[in-house]
Amino acid sequence: MQSSMRNMLSGIALVLMGSISAAGAAEVNLYTTREPGLIQPLLDAFTKSTGVKVNTIFLKAGLAERVATEGDKSPADILMTVDIGNLIDLADRGLTQPVQSEPLSAAIPAQLRDSKGNWFALSLRARTVYAAKDLPFNTFNYEDLSDPKWKGKVCIRSGQHPYNVGLIAAYIAHYGEAQAETWLKGLKANLARKAGGGDREVARDIKGGLCEIGVANSYYVGLMRSGKGGPDQEAWAKAIKMILPAFKNGGTHVNVSGAAVAKHAPNKADAVKLLEYLVSNDAQKIYAEGNFEYPVNAKAHVSPLVGEYGTLKSDTIDLAKIASFRKKASELAEKVGFDN
Amino acid sequence: MSHAELHLARAWRLTRGAGWGWRYGAMVIAALVCLPIASLVWIAAHGSPDLWPHLLEHVLPRTVTVTVVMLLGVGVLVAAIGTVSAWLVTAYDFPGRGVLAWALLLPLAVPTYIVAYAYLDILHPVGTVQDAIRWLLGYSSPREFRLPDVRSLPGCILLLGFVLYPYVYLTARAMFLTQAASLIEVARTLGASRAGVFWRVALPLARPAIALGVSLALMEALNDIGASEFLGVQTMTVSVYTSWISRADLPGAAQIALIMLVLVVVLIVVERYARRNQRYAIAAQRSRLLPPVRLHGREAALAFTLCGLPVLFGFIVPASYLTLEAIKRYRFASISPQIVRETLNTVTVSALATLVVLACGLTIAYAARLREQKSSRFVARAATLGYATPGTVLALGLLAPVGLADHWIGNALKDWFNVTAGLVILGSGGALIYAYAARFMAIAAGGIEAGFNRISPSLDQAARTLGTTASGVFRRVHLPLAKPAIAAAGLLVFVDCMKELPATLLLRPLNFETLATHLYGEAARGTYEEASIAALIIVVIGILPVILLARVGERARRGN
Repeated sequence: MQSSMRNMLSGIALVLMGSISAAGAAEVNLYTTREPGLIQPLLDAFTKSTGVKVNTIFLKAGLAERVATEGDKSPADILMTVDIGNLIDLADRGLTQPVQSEPLSAAIPAQLRDSKGNWFALSLRARTVYAAKDLPFNTFNYEDLSDPKWKGKVCIRSGQHPYNVGLIAAYIAHYGEAQAETWLKGLKANLARKAGGGDREVARDIKGGLCEIGVANSYYVGLMRSGKGGPDQEAWAKAIKMILPAFKNGGTHVNVSGAAVAKHAPNKADAVKLLEYLVSNDAQKIYAEGNFEYPVNAKAHVSPLVGEYGTLKSDTIDLAKIASFRKKASELAEKVGFDN
Repeated sequence: MSHAELHLARAWRLTRGAGWGWRYGAMVIAALVCLPIASLVWIAAHGSPDLWPHLLEHVLPRTVTVTVVMLLGVGVLVAAIGTVSAWLVTAYDFPGRGVLAWALLLPLAVPTYIVAYAYLDILHPVGTVQDAIRWLLGYSSPREFRLPDVRSLPGCILLLGFVLYPYVYLTARAMFLTQAASLIEVARTLGASRAGVFWRVALPLARPAIALGVSLALMEALNDIGASEFLGVQTMTVSVYTSWISRADLPGAAQIALIMLVLVVVLIVVERYARRNQRYAIAAQRSRLLPPVRLHGREAALAFTLCGLPVLFGFIVPASYLTLEAIKRYRFASISPQIVRETLNTVTVSALATLVVLACGLTIAYAARLREQKSSRFVARAATLGYATPGTVLALGLLAPVGLADHWIGNALKDWFNVTAGLVILGSGGALIYAYAARFMAIAAGGIEAGFNRISPSLDQAARTLGTTASGVFRRVHLPLAKPAIAAAGLLVFVDCMKELPATLLLRPLNFETLATHLYGEAARGTYEEASIAALIIVVIGILPVILLARVGERARRGN
């Protein structure tokens, strides 16, 4: 009697759990802050070649908080995010586990992965300058964004956006806080409009004559030029050229998208398999040609829509060092009232 | 007092004490709603105060000013639009009034972040509208001439005002329709001027209703992150986000959020204190319909314009924009197959949450009615705190207790039945329902309470004296009489759940997308055009309950 009761209850419990633990078929659970539209083609290709199903949840902010709360019962296998700071945070909070994998270390340059294997960069993006097509130069220094000759001619998104926080942090890493503040004030004084909107709006505003130069990420140029965003955006892209700027004492500021294996990953083996797939030549080609990012795997080539603006020469300062100035950078943006 | 009356009063007192189940139920619900806030206090207490010198010097002076100005602006705007339009369609008759009476609610169907995006694009300095204006005026570049930027505090106030006024319209109109009607008629008969009737009778009578509507609208405005982020307006809510996301300082974010919460509570208390001596003893079942005065010519045109403009700006313009964009997108890339699934998810989870919220709201409102004491009023107020907290902050606060419960349940299942369960609450979407319930309890409890207030206490007394239990009275008196108020509350909650974004994003299970999360996913990578179809579906599904809402109001009116 008691055992039948027990069986019944566990039966009910099993039904309740049905949605969660579908045993049998191989699966990987992916927690990502990258938009589903960007990574779905990669995941579909992975499932097709390995038969491993990928379940996803797209979280914007709060990925770390959610995984931390879920603790040892978390179904998360892979944590995927953008921005080096976020990757380091995940590792620092003990939400990741070290992974040793020959294919991963072979494909990803050492400075683009954690030495213990807690996180791996999967793609690169550059913080570039978009300029009106007819402007007579093809090189640019970040330092010159604060040059008064650009007064009323610069467009940029919010200073609190992670892409800009990263750039400001890089400036601090190069020149220290005080100089970075002067630079940021100068840039603020040059703005043609309030800091805001998205990176593509920079191209739109240059086309409309509202500004002449602006700061935006590299892959948007590819997206707009490819026509994937519709005919309007193609027209915006035609009005601009992308310049890969550099620090006078360094290179172009880059950031990464990357991933880590979750500490309590229930499907660790398949999770590593997915990571290895993501840096394979095939997948890196999708990153490059579908998302217009710079591949981390040197064997894959960047899309010509982005590549014809020049070869990326990344900044020399260590990404982790830049990430350590993120908090300072965000506070600096508030201090100079960048978004006001 | 006669002997019989004395007897009745004693019997009433005796029966009044019963209904413990209701009271405990209400307390449990209030505790559950407050749990995420308690967890925020916990998080905030574990932070360091290091952040504060920076905040006090560079951030708060500005964000507090911006927030206060925004709230004042939005408050005045929604009060004016909502009250005037409600008064016009109730007290007067003019061509188009029948349609406007329900169309005035339509902005409720459009999430503020979508309206913000629509206007940003429509009025973009490099967009069709401004190009046309420049062409007309003979300018060639936006640097020579452009309209004031929508990305500004005034832009944000106008936008939120035109989207949020329906909260006031809804509450004010209900008041004008029922309670105030007989007094207004008396005033008319006694020869008060039109303006006199409005200023000296209708407005003071409707003040509690307007206050309720304004406070709902202001809490929406305060907690809004989508629109203010799009519009680059530095509110305190934006500071909470900056602290959390750009600086990975969750305790700091919780500290700011709690200070905001305290401010909201103080505001509510002050408003209630200001009205402490006002009591409206009106036998609702006797109140009659207000006969509308017919307007002609210029007056009718003016009334039509005044009521039409909010609908135009709050709904027609953004909805037409979305439709055009969705058509463009459909032609370009057709519709993604997941969207049907996402629509189903959205409707299912919103409907479930609405049922939960209604059940809880009924319990709270009835418990408060059973025992008009400070303690039960306190419980009722506490249950509405979730609405005064930004969605993400509430969701973050909810994570810890839900995670804890999930671990207990998981371990218990393992120990007792040897079943390996994952996360029961987070994994099933239960956390999502909890978040919606905690967030929107104020709407349900407030609306139902207002409905109950229209039922004369003498009905309760009579029924109880005749030996009916507390639950019996609830079933046979309150439930049927307050049906319109309950339905209205349910529809409002449903629409709000559909539009809810931040908590949905953080708490939903794997492989579970709603229209709002799909929309956000596209918007976050800058492919807004891709999002227009999902946005349009949210609006279209939202219209149905909104029209029902208007009809509930009409029926209640005829029923009276």
